Amino acid sequence: MTQSAGLHEPADTLSDETIDRHRAIVSIQEELEAIDWYDQRVQATSDAELAEILAHNRDEEKEHASMTLEWLRRHDPALDTHLRTYLFSTGSVIEVEHETEGAGAAGPTAGSLGIGSLRGESL
Amino acid sequence: MSHLFRSHAPITDDGWHLIDEEARTQLLPGLAARKLVDFSGPLGWGHSATNLGGTTEITDPPVADVAARQRRVLPLVELRSAFTVSRDELANADRGALDVDLDDLDAAAQRIAVAENVAVFDGWAAGGIVGIKAASPHSPIALPANFAEYPSHVAQGVEVLLRAGVTGPYGLALGPGAYTGVVETEHGGLVVFDHLRSILGGPIVRAPGLDGAVVVSLRGGDFLFESGQDLSVGYDHHDADAVRLYIEESFSFRVNAPEAAIALGKA
Repeated sequence: MTQSAGLHEPADTLSDETIDRHRAIVSIQEELEAIDWYDQRVQATSDAELAEILAHNRDEEKEHASMTLEWLRRHDPALDTHLRTYLFSTGSVIEVEHETEGAGAAGPTAGSLGIGSLRGESL
Repeated sequence: MSHLFRSHAPITDDGWHLIDEEARTQLLPGLAARKLVDFSGPLGWGHSATNLGGTTEITDPPVADVAARQRRVLPLVELRSAFTVSRDELANADRGALDVDLDDLDAAAQRIAVAENVAVFDGWAAGGIVGIKAASPHSPIALPANFAEYPSHVAQGVEVLLRAGVTGPYGLALGPGAYTGVVETEHGGLVVFDHLRSILGGPIVRAPGLDGAVVVSLRGGDFLFESGQDLSVGYDHHDADAVRLYIEESFSFRVNAPEAAIALGKA
């Protein structure tokens, strides 16, 4: 784990699942940061051909970010619940939150106990 | 509003928090299958079937000389375990009581955990689920009555898997009695539980509902639990005295590599 920067707790206190989620989260961070960098460079360059290449690369990073985010969703039930609530909704996002909480759900998990995978846990 | 109809229950936010936390606390120790098999999802209440990739030929097509096939899927099953909470107890909780009686919830949580374990390990023919033990092509290994002898028998099980080309690490599911036995028993200056861990390289899990034991490979991709709706608490009905609730989930389970597990049973 020394190759993956950013762990805030000793690796031997973390489960394999938590470390894999960390890998995914860091990867998403890197992809989103790359999108931002490319986006700025596309606007800044005066070379049209370079701008076209950078824009192509930028949009490939979006694909990478989306793929990794989907992996993370499949391995994080609470994130899954939130994404199902907010992604591809229409109108005010704040209103979606109000509707969700106003519907009587005790918290954002709307009934799910958020247990998901327990792989690797012994008790 | 979701199909759980939680907003119709006469339960405060604090009350729901108490119920959800108690359910989670009661479920986690008993959900043994999830500690050993691959888990995907949750894919939502609307997810009804797992794609198996195969097809079945339809010998009677709608028109002659047109080949017809039907896709094979594994339907998800639903499990629901109902319980009752006294409205007086919920009112006490809202006032700050710490000794709220949630025994019926605890029993419901343990029931559904056992049901999930039984479906995964033993199978559930009526639900279309072939369990790990039944799917295994290996002859079961006898388990001795003496817990001190467990390591040699579990080692035999690991050897069978290795000979079949199934790599580790391996996990071991034990029924509650056997689990307690290996924790309490020492042999050769070593607690049997620790000896087993060194043989397996993976976790030993306490599996309520399991008769005997199962050694499974944890290499991944062999045993797939697909969750539709993960374990959730929903509302059924209420009267002046009590609220009827339930714990519910939907899932499918399939064995991709039957050779990656071996059952151990009482000699």
